[in-house]
Amino acid sequence: MFGLHKQLERKSLALALGIVVAASIGGFVEIAPLFTIHQTVEDAPDMRVYTPLELAGRNIYIREGCYACHSQMIRTLRDEVERYGPYSLAVESKYDHPMLWGSKRTGPDLARVGAKYSDAWHVAHLDNPRAVVPESVMPAYRWLLRKDLRIDRLGDYLSAQRVVGVPYTDAMIANAEHDAYGQAAPDSAYAEGVTKRYGEATTIRVFDGQPGRLTEMDALVAYLQILGRLTDAAHKPAFAGRQ
Amino acid sequence: MKPELDPVSGRSTTGHEWNGITELDTPVPKAVWFFLITTFLFSVGYWLFMPAWPLGTTYTKGLLGDDERANLTAAIKAATDERGAWTRIVAEREPVAIMADGDLMAKVRESGRTLFGNNCAMCHGREAVGGPGFPSLVRGTTLWGDTPEAFAETIRVGINSGHTDSRTSQMLAFGRDGILTRQQIDPLVAYVRGLAQQGSTTGKQLDEGRQLFAANCVACHGEGGEGNRSLGAPDLSDGTWLYGGDDASVLQSIWHGRQGHMPSWDGRLSAWERKLLAIYLVDLRGNPR
Repeated sequence: MFGLHKQLERKSLALALGIVVAASIGGFVEIAPLFTIHQTVEDAPDMRVYTPLELAGRNIYIREGCYACHSQMIRTLRDEVERYGPYSLAVESKYDHPMLWGSKRTGPDLARVGAKYSDAWHVAHLDNPRAVVPESVMPAYRWLLRKDLRIDRLGDYLSAQRVVGVPYTDAMIANAEHDAYGQAAPDSAYAEGVTKRYGEATTIRVFDGQPGRLTEMDALVAYLQILGRLTDAAHKPAFAGRQ
Repeated sequence: MKPELDPVSGRSTTGHEWNGITELDTPVPKAVWFFLITTFLFSVGYWLFMPAWPLGTTYTKGLLGDDERANLTAAIKAATDERGAWTRIVAEREPVAIMADGDLMAKVRESGRTLFGNNCAMCHGREAVGGPGFPSLVRGTTLWGDTPEAFAETIRVGINSGHTDSRTSQMLAFGRDGILTRQQIDPLVAYVRGLAQQGSTTGKQLDEGRQLFAANCVACHGEGGEGNRSLGAPDLSDGTWLYGGDDASVLQSIWHGRQGHMPSWDGRLSAWERKLLAIYLVDLRGNPR
């Protein structure tokens, strides 16, 4: 073994080739499975895309760095499954660009937080976490209730998501601004379009408790309330893991 | 260039010389070789026994057949079986009989506290004392009843939750929607607080308030403000306030209306877990911390 190395070291071309071969093994092991990803990710015909308002909320989630303390990935561990619910499946983050699985778990996992708490709780908690959870170390995000949501670029944002594989239709992109407004204004003329384009099960509510105003709080709460509810795949008996 | 021996250490040199400086050709220490070879052998063994290489749509499963999802299912089944002895009793027996059994109640309190902490404490507080907008479960009257059956049903269906059997409670926004004016609401606030023997009222306010109450509120809250559980209308005379009983809070309730929301735990907790939580709450109401 010593002899081979000594000889290789003295032939620069052979050494360079050897390095390329050794390094590409690591790359190959990581890249090769991506060629068959469409066969390996589970099937979920009921999976729906994020609405423009939820996507806007997701952007706020990224902007405020929520992923730095909250994961969105329930691992195949008994304690996590008993606490949060069925473990996360790959298909559940199919439309997440970028994915927000995270690995820093200062706060609880949020993969199945959707519909676990009321909108009023989320608003009170984001405005001042200590008001509802005295022992919380989470920062307060008070400006969310005061800042109006920017919706003028949501159409572009949806197109960008379509480029990376999220099946947004032309109608969804053209109506992104109206749909973002309508989802938080159930009494408005725009609410109907949201149901038409994104399905009956879409939640249309005044998320932040301030009717007539579309704030960043509306978007973030709408996003938090859909987490884990884009598909029922993980609750099917094949994956259940829990009685 | 023939390698020379270094006169000090007695080892051979690489044979190169830079301005009179030569380099020792020291071999790699044996310990490094040992760990290198051991790690290499371990990885070969690991490929053989454990899941390792991706192969298109599948992967090498390994001789041991180890699988995280199967391990998890087994771990949860083992835990369920271990608990089964007493959770079956909780599922089958009447709540009264469970509460009379001291050993069983010790387990109910321990598991109930964990379940409550994970599912309910966020809103109702760790000790279930509640806060503004989130009712106390240990003090005062409860809007939907405080029997184990009533608690279990509320946990199952939620309040204004979207569940098909959901309990519903919708108070109109009398001010915001223009049903009453700001001038009318003031005497109404005074009258409502008077029902619970709180605040002070003048005779004129009382008369005006009584008329407005009769015209707008009795349909749900009843003649004397005693409430109506089937409509989710709370008793206004018992001194328990879900959203605060001071002038400002009562005004806020009348002006904006109230639509409390509790999610349904039908899909999150199993029937015995919901029943256990209900018994835990009844027990907690009996002995608040």
